[in-house]
Amino acid sequence: MTCREFLDFLMDYLEGELPRGESETFETHMRDCPPCVTYLDTYRETVRLGKELLCPADDSIPEEVPAGLVEAILAARSAGDQSPEK
Amino acid sequence: MATERERGSSAPDEAVPQRGGGAPHELALLERLRAGDEAAYEALVRTHGPRLLAVARRFLRSEEDARDAVQDAFLSAFRAVDAFQGGARLSTWLHRIVVNAALMKLRTRRRKPEQPIEELLPSFLEDGHMAAPASPWRSEEMDPVERRELSRLLSEAIEALPESYRNVLLLRDIEDLDTEETARAMGISPGAVKTRLHRARQALRGLLEPHLREAEPE
Repeated sequence: MTCREFLDFLMDYLEGELPRGESETFETHMRDCPPCVTYLDTYRETVRLGKELLCPADDSIPEEVPAGLVEAILAARSAGDQSPEK
Repeated sequence: MATERERGSSAPDEAVPQRGGGAPHELALLERLRAGDEAAYEALVRTHGPRLLAVARRFLRSEEDARDAVQDAFLSAFRAVDAFQGGARLSTWLHRIVVNAALMKLRTRRRKPEQPIEELLPSFLEDGHMAAPASPWRSEEMDPVERRELSRLLSEAIEALPESYRNVLLLRDIEDLDTEETARAMGISPGAVKTRLHRARQALRGLLEPHLREAEPE
């Protein structure tokens, strides 16, 4: 397995979607290729940072919607007959 | 070159809530909404509006577009409230609706010329080795200032991704939709979702690396 193939199948490996034989080939490559292990670690870290830093915790979401938006939504509902469809 | 089967359905499905276990206070609110109680509509917007606006802002650059998407989402939800079976979490149902509203809004915007994703992916030597081997990243704990800075860098890096890749990354990794849900929302095949997600993550990793790699020993 080359580094190019390792990177191509990285996500499938991390999600457990590689067939057993290919998984073993993948792991053999990891034992022989520290740069690919580093790539795998930093790929995983990229995903983790995205989830951690961009999914706001409840306490970082503003408590109120901006002034005017609530009124605009309710006015649009009234104007457009947004009653539930029966 | 990619061989993705890109196009599946045209428009995203309206989120269809599944049975699962709505909280009692949500069920009471639903009853009031179905009865046409004006105060219930306002309560729904005030309770869920902030979170939905945060979601819309992740997809849409302009604040006006984000607010429009939230408005469209609530109007869709009001119309569809009878279809809501009361078994799912109301917040989950609304989340899916605002995601679809944001994607619809994006489709109405003219796309800017984008950097091809290939330029952001790793390159290889003829023997298959990486042309620029990956460097380890810093692993020490970040203080609040560093976290804010990294958060800004991350947002900028995601913004730099081509839109079709950025949207798949946001849907799968940030908004937590699964592959099938993402495929329906984007109108592409599940295989194309996986291909784009992997490329988007690789591109994002490459954009972050200069900022996060360990300092060279002196």
